Amino acid sequence: MASDVWVYVDQFQGNALPAAWETLGAAGEVAADLNTGVAALVFGHDVDELAQQAADYGADKVFLCDDATLADFRVQAFGCAAAKLAAAEKPQVIFAPATTRGRDLTALLGVELGIGVVADGIALQVEDGVLQVTRPVYAGKLHATVSAPGAHPQIVTLRPRAFPRPEPTAGSAEVVQVEAVLAEEDISVKVVDYSASASDVSLTDASIIVSGGRGVGGPEGFEPVRQLAVALGAAMGASRAAVDAGWIPYSHQVGQTGKTVSPDLYIACGISGAIQHQAGMRTAKVIVAINKDAEAPIFKLAKYGVVADLFDAVPVLTDEFTRRLGE
Amino acid sequence: MHIAVCIKQTPDSAANMVVENGAATWGDAPMVVNPWDEYALEEAIRTKEQHGGQVTALVMGPESAREALKTAIAMGCDSGVMLSDETLASCDARMTARVLASAIEKLDDVELAIFGKQAIDGDTGLVPVSVACALGWTALSYVAEVNEVDVDNARISVARSLEEGRQNCTGTLPAVISVVKEINEPRYPSFIGIRKASKAEIPVWDLAELGLDVAEMKAGGAAVIWSDMRPLSARSGAVDFIEGESMEVIAATLADRLMADKVI
Repeated sequence: MASDVWVYVDQFQGNALPAAWETLGAAGEVAADLNTGVAALVFGHDVDELAQQAADYGADKVFLCDDATLADFRVQAFGCAAAKLAAAEKPQVIFAPATTRGRDLTALLGVELGIGVVADGIALQVEDGVLQVTRPVYAGKLHATVSAPGAHPQIVTLRPRAFPRPEPTAGSAEVVQVEAVLAEEDISVKVVDYSASASDVSLTDASIIVSGGRGVGGPEGFEPVRQLAVALGAAMGASRAAVDAGWIPYSHQVGQTGKTVSPDLYIACGISGAIQHQAGMRTAKVIVAINKDAEAPIFKLAKYGVVADLFDAVPVLTDEFTRRLGE
Repeated sequence: MHIAVCIKQTPDSAANMVVENGAATWGDAPMVVNPWDEYALEEAIRTKEQHGGQVTALVMGPESAREALKTAIAMGCDSGVMLSDETLASCDARMTARVLASAIEKLDDVELAIFGKQAIDGDTGLVPVSVACALGWTALSYVAEVNEVDVDNARISVARSLEEGRQNCTGTLPAVISVVKEINEPRYPSFIGIRKASKAEIPVWDLAELGLDVAEMKAGGAAVIWSDMRPLSARSGAVDFIEGESMEVIAATLADRLMADKVI
């Protein structure tokens, strides 16, 4: 069977992002609808293990491009290799997760292959061979259905955490070795080094996020919020008001000019829920709001509400969750 | 050096978006410079202040987008160009990139093009890298800091903000960079700048002037189509306020619910 639905396996230093496997899972369903198989694009250096993981997550075929020039993601090197392969193999669909690298790669593929990219899907349907993709627009305030009916291939990115991660099983895939296209001297970007992110848990990958807003009152007010996050193994978020006040770094900001997140559980502490904040977190599965003001707009989004001062409620919640999760 | 800064006009981030006859509308909420692009404008102006040269702001959009260019000039850009053509309505990121790339080429001596990381309406984040690719230039997305612009040796050194942290890297000029919020604090337009903007002559380039043709750009049917714009389905049911005689009881009840929902 052909493997005409492709997935770019986004990885950093040999570790796949969760969104790569979510995308592979979604691609499997599309491939079944199109009566074809799934091929994973595993590009990097010393990434044999990733090829096996891709098989375990459902890939029927792996295009493995292992080269020293691909040790770091550089859009020019990765994109040229992917574009050349796509021009030769003519897949029906190319998926990538809508991560920084997935977006850059698909942007390049779109231009190289002369095709419009359907970005940021959160739900998929196949109609007459055309992917009808639901995506948030206007920062999640509206949804639209987006498609590229005449495109071959159809290039689609999927939002992290919008699709379930499949359970890996021992799989096997046909591995096809692919040559890198560009030599090091032809690549215009050189990576010098990395400095790690300040936050331990990435907001976009987090299954639980605990966020603080204006109600925390100052930098020290984030301490109980942080303790609740630690108790739950959660990432810590913040509203724009708290970031603009200088209480917490921008990397924590959730909202229209911050990060868009989609966790299973979002606990908003002292956040009123301005529309800009809602735009970044409204797709969370379960939202808990803790706020003194029962009229705060955040309660319109929340499944559960606690009308209380966060400094009374949050430490007690931390104790309760610590006890429960210890059991 | 000649710097191009590419901006977009979008509805204000506080706008309440609704759907009327299948199209998005935002009532009487104001149109603004896309908030991410304010950082691009600031970085372009700072780079010019450091290295000399000129900054040209480009906006693609209808006549009303002229206001965005006035803001750009009021902040400190030297000039602005409107990219406007009635056939350009509803064009996708790749086509937008073709138009911007052609305009940058027409400016002739641009060495650095600066973008915000994405626009708050379409939110695709595809345009900057697409422009770089169309021009055959270096692409550096999600830039959080420009460490050095070395015009003599045609090199730029930046820190990029990725999922995993910061990546320090260098690239050759000419380059397209897209910037994130951490990069700077955008300035307000100055009084002198506002006066200058009100007098500025802003040329309009249409597709013919750019040597482009929409039919050719859409050839092969490879354009992205938006359909069925709709508001989000409201969450079913009102909020469940958890109450109890003490915070301990409330916490226990909430923990029960969240465990039953299998989210912790």
